[in-house]
Amino acid sequence: MLGYILRRTLYTVPIVLGVTMLCFALVYLGPSDPLSAILPEDAPKELIDRIKKEYGLDKPLPVQYAVWLGKAVTGDLGTSIATRRLVAEEIPPALFNSLLLAVLASALAFAVGTLLGAIAGYFHGRPIDRVVTAIAVTGVSVPHYWLAIVLVIIFSVEWDILPSMGMGPDGSTDFRLTGENLRHLILPTVALSVIPMAIVARTVREAVRETMSQEFVQALWAKGLTGRRVLGHVAKNAAPTILAVMGLQLGYLLGGSILIETVFAWPGTGLLLNNSIFSRDIPMLQGVILVLALFFVALNLLVDIMQAALDPRIKR
Amino acid sequence: MTDTTLATPLPTRPPVAVEAPPGYWTTVLRRLRRDPVTLFCLTVLTLIVLAAIFAPLVAPHDPYKTSMLRRLAPMGTPGHLLGTDELGRDLLTRLIYGGRISLFMSFTPVALAFLIGGGLGMTAGFVGGWVNMAIMRTTDVFYAFPSILLAIAISGAMGAGLVNGLISLTLIFIPPLTRIAESVTTQVRALPFVEAARASGASTFSIIRVHVMSNVIGPVLVYASSLLSVAIVVASGLSFLGLGVSPPEADWGLMLNTLRQSIYVAPWNAALPGAVIFVTCMCFNLLSDGLRQALDIQR
Repeated sequence: MLGYILRRTLYTVPIVLGVTMLCFALVYLGPSDPLSAILPEDAPKELIDRIKKEYGLDKPLPVQYAVWLGKAVTGDLGTSIATRRLVAEEIPPALFNSLLLAVLASALAFAVGTLLGAIAGYFHGRPIDRVVTAIAVTGVSVPHYWLAIVLVIIFSVEWDILPSMGMGPDGSTDFRLTGENLRHLILPTVALSVIPMAIVARTVREAVRETMSQEFVQALWAKGLTGRRVLGHVAKNAAPTILAVMGLQLGYLLGGSILIETVFAWPGTGLLLNNSIFSRDIPMLQGVILVLALFFVALNLLVDIMQAALDPRIKR
Repeated sequence: MTDTTLATPLPTRPPVAVEAPPGYWTTVLRRLRRDPVTLFCLTVLTLIVLAAIFAPLVAPHDPYKTSMLRRLAPMGTPGHLLGTDELGRDLLTRLIYGGRISLFMSFTPVALAFLIGGGLGMTAGFVGGWVNMAIMRTTDVFYAFPSILLAIAISGAMGAGLVNGLISLTLIFIPPLTRIAESVTTQVRALPFVEAARASGASTFSIIRVHVMSNVIGPVLVYASSLLSVAIVVASGLSFLGLGVSPPEADWGLMLNTLRQSIYVAPWNAALPGAVIFVTCMCFNLLSDGLRQALDIQR
């Protein structure tokens, strides 16, 4: 087991390096010089050269990458061009807000998805299975940003019972456990949870159906166990698959929440990313993408290890 | 003695009148004909695609003609079946024209990624060695990003625009298609018939063209078709963020974004472009599921 953890961790090292290279390359994808956002168009040549030197842009690319990487490792992601604040200081609070949303949405998706999927898998082929399958197909097809707008239309515009914007009263961006803050959480969480809910329901249905058709389940029935106890055994066997899917979904939620955060003006990494795109704030863009990608890589690693720990059959 | 036994002709059986079993494609078509959901989705999608292609003939109004007097007319207004947008332009017309860009932005990246990813995957699988290593480890790096985040990051760094959107969408669809093509190619390459072809003197090129490609295209194509539903949602998402086409042109995503500002005045007009994205995506999903089941050899 320890050997597996070690091998799996070592395997992520080249991936992490690749991720940093890709993030570094983002600067050079732009149509213009990375400095164009801060320099006026008619800036004199000497000024451009001086600033280039200051930012280290006069050195060859591999050197620039090495310098950037060296700083990033020590937590220095540069200064935001738009706000003049350190990128590394802006990201943590935003990441917390996004994680809050992603974890809540995952929990909701997991609870509802597992329930629906287990029912559908247990009653495989019956009408209730068809209903759940239909719900799941609808769920994976819904554009979540549109669902967010529809929720706002229903609950904020037509009925006026839930807030449509922000995280708390008067646009505050720090989370406190008050009723008002919790009310702001409802719509974004629901909008974000629909896609993973559908995916979890599909996976659980398949896992339960497959496990139910195995011989040991027939043996359990033959032994005279009740349906509930059989389902317990089935759940234990289907758990690793479900866990893997859920772990990945948490990562997708964190990455995909940019659209939801834009709709609800939720002060998370998505909104930070959106702002950085439109102010052409490349250090911020780079920083946010890097942090989110590294989070996703770590999550993948964790899921794989937990899956191996739960399922003794996995010995790679 | 052995010569005589070898020379003895095998007893020929009299021909038996057995009806030939239906061929593979006949079976697939028969299955599809019995699947009302798939047929319905195919019809809806055909209508949407045809409307987009023949937009100038089908659309009831001029998509760019604004009218200050008829702003945000509700659905069912005489002359404007689906109402008007915030500049008084006919929504049905805008949706039909918007479909041109939205569908183009979904089909093209998937098709490009199918060609590039399929090619890369087959190369990696067939050549093996360090080529495989280089291609597949690069793919792994792209897998380290949630796909929608990667699309937004690349698009955001390159700046708004149709072409940049196309590039970023193509880039996120290449890795999964490469992986599938690679794994199928690796499996096929080890099969005896490839060995036989090589032994009979077939060139590497013709082995790939005849033996590998015919086996790899199926699974890759099925997977690519399932990517269309993702493509329409992500492409519209990019436009929704303002990273796609620029006004006065609009696709469904951008329409959703601009109409969102009027959410308190005409809420249901604002929801309309998203509903079209939803219906299209759902049809793509159901169609892909139906095709996969119909094409299933094991059934």
